[in-house]
Amino acid sequence: MTPDKKMKGSRALVAALEDEGCDVLFGFPGGVAIPFYDALYDAENLRHVLVRHEQGAAHAADGYARATGKVGVCTSTSGPGATNLVTGIATAYLDSVPLVAITWQVRSDLIGTDAFQEADMTGITLPIVKHSYLVKDTADLSQVLHEAFHIASTGRPGPVVIDVPVDIALGETAYHKADTLDLPGYKPTVKGHVRQIRAAAKAINEAQRPVLYLGGGVISSNAAPEILRLAELRRLPVATTLMGLGAFPETHELSMGMLGMHGTVTANYAVHECDLLIAIGARFDDRVTGKLKAFAPHARIIHVDVDPAEIGKNVVPLIPIVGDVKPVAAALVKELQALEWSAERSEPWLARIAERKAEFPLQYDDPTDGTLAPQFVIQEIDRVTGHDAIICTDVGQHQMWATQYYTYAFARQFISSGGLGTMGFGLPASIGAKIGRPDKTVIDISGDGGFQMTMQELATAVNFDVPVVVCILNNGYLGMVRQWQDLFWNKRYSFTCIEVQPDFKLLAEAFGAVGMRVTDKDQVEPALREAIASGRPAVIDFKTSPEENVYPMVPAGQEITEMIGGQSRKGRKS
Amino acid sequence: MKHTLSILVENKPGVLTRVAGLFARRAFNIESLAVGLSEDPKLSRITIVIDGDEHPVDQVTKQLHKLINVVKIRDLDAGNAVSAELLIVRVAGEGDKRTEALQIAEIFKAKIVDVDRRALTLRVVGTNDKLEALLELLQPLGVLEVVRTGTIAMGRGRG
Repeated sequence: MTPDKKMKGSRALVAALEDEGCDVLFGFPGGVAIPFYDALYDAENLRHVLVRHEQGAAHAADGYARATGKVGVCTSTSGPGATNLVTGIATAYLDSVPLVAITWQVRSDLIGTDAFQEADMTGITLPIVKHSYLVKDTADLSQVLHEAFHIASTGRPGPVVIDVPVDIALGETAYHKADTLDLPGYKPTVKGHVRQIRAAAKAINEAQRPVLYLGGGVISSNAAPEILRLAELRRLPVATTLMGLGAFPETHELSMGMLGMHGTVTANYAVHECDLLIAIGARFDDRVTGKLKAFAPHARIIHVDVDPAEIGKNVVPLIPIVGDVKPVAAALVKELQALEWSAERSEPWLARIAERKAEFPLQYDDPTDGTLAPQFVIQEIDRVTGHDAIICTDVGQHQMWATQYYTYAFARQFISSGGLGTMGFGLPASIGAKIGRPDKTVIDISGDGGFQMTMQELATAVNFDVPVVVCILNNGYLGMVRQWQDLFWNKRYSFTCIEVQPDFKLLAEAFGAVGMRVTDKDQVEPALREAIASGRPAVIDFKTSPEENVYPMVPAGQEITEMIGGQSRKGRKS
Repeated sequence: MKHTLSILVENKPGVLTRVAGLFARRAFNIESLAVGLSEDPKLSRITIVIDGDEHPVDQVTKQLHKLINVVKIRDLDAGNAVSAELLIVRVAGEGDKRTEALQIAEIFKAKIVDVDRRALTLRVVGTNDKLEALLELLQPLGVLEVVRTGTIAMGRGRG
């Protein structure tokens, strides 16, 4: 295409998307989106996936972004189409996911008149975006898209909304990509401060009882290899947050699993006892720290984060390092290599951690009522897929069991709404993940509650041949809320029992997917193998123990060593 | 302690909403806010006064920096900045009260910008402290209406 040829704004936008390397977008058309959809009709390198509800578009783009590290793109029409994206945009914001949402808007001259399907999208999304645009000139449209991709994917990633009045799409413009972006107020810090890194290396070298506390920042920075080198170099035991699962292989002897509310006894006690806590790409969230004042009480703290506002927000570190995790971790490794250290130093601490691991493994009892243990189902998924599947989840008990009983071996393997805790995220996110990583088996572990929130996206999966396997851990309850009611509200199960639910097997078949139901322990593995081998979207309804709880558990606001159900193997009755 | 933040922002639609929205969202209270063009037509300058005891100023400025349209922020040191605020006040002024109001106006170098049989309207420029002092003196006479621009400020010298 000759650079100065005039074209419609909508066509220029498609060209700009293709220039950004965008090969798929998720969306749903509508009145004012027609010009853009008309341009998409001719697009050769840009695939459009038609979802069945706009929320699905945002989550699918999010899942795609998390699985690939690329920017996810979703689009919708104005008004209700755009507002349906809001939950998905907020989900991406809380988990720092690079997402660009293109929402179409009523004609410029109708804005502010309460026109048909008008909603103030930039206003509505203001608190849940990294940045947003309301485009006022066709000539700006493609440049805005390039800026949006840059902002979404650099620094601390996040969602960017581009709201475009329909007349902007219809206007004529010449498309050409400018060499520079005019963003005078946007300069994320990438490299850490040299002196701070040196101080951190010294502190790590001197520590007797260090712990690496890894968050999602390690994954968004693609820093897992550098972190592995760092951990191995000084034999640092590793605890990850929910968002950090996969940042460090759980198959590794230094891994202690997840910390926090449903973390392992080993990880929580190690944080409690450590003399140096190295927080990397993590934000001291309340689900991790429990009672903040009692968190890591004996530790000096190093905090590495690309977002300066996270440093000192909840915990004041001794050594703050603002920078992208990847170069900072590499620099730390380099500094440490120049320092003398003996592996013997780490032995007492690692021995203590190994003892804890042996004494306090994650454990559960088999149900006596003939139903399946949900934990067992996840262990079987882990075994059948050989720690190699991408696991997406909804939110609740099944999500926590998925963190505990699947073994995460690589970054971008675990895709879950951590910050916002969005039920209904799993299925559409798994569709996006599978489209981004067709080489991987993609499993959506869901609950009967969350699945019913976005189950219409099964039609999308069937329509576009996206063979995701949905494993519903069906306990007939909104299980996590029921668990809180069980433990803290005198078992008053107020509206947490799902008394009526569809036959998920028949439902899947009605959508044209494979449907199965599993009630027996020995059927779990064959069903999983059959679903994966089918090469089609599949739903397996696992009938699990209705009142099983997630343990260990730190009640909200308590110290993270005050765990319910984290009993010793020795003290166990069974 | 009060903090005066001078925030240089891109002169684009919606920027003020982003700044104000951030304060609301993070539950930071604004004492005053003034905005206008700067020396560069592409940039505007916002002056915000906040109570630093109530909110960690560090966290406020870090969050502000995250806004893409915020170019630069300075936490102005009161000892090394010039600041001013414009105030217009209508005060009851009949008989003796009128004389007293006129005397106070003169002391504070306030200009009489409107007058009728019952009231005087004064306009005065000064620091926040000066304006507070003026209002305190006028209070017994009967302050009928007050409007203030909020403080604007600039660092001294080239700093």
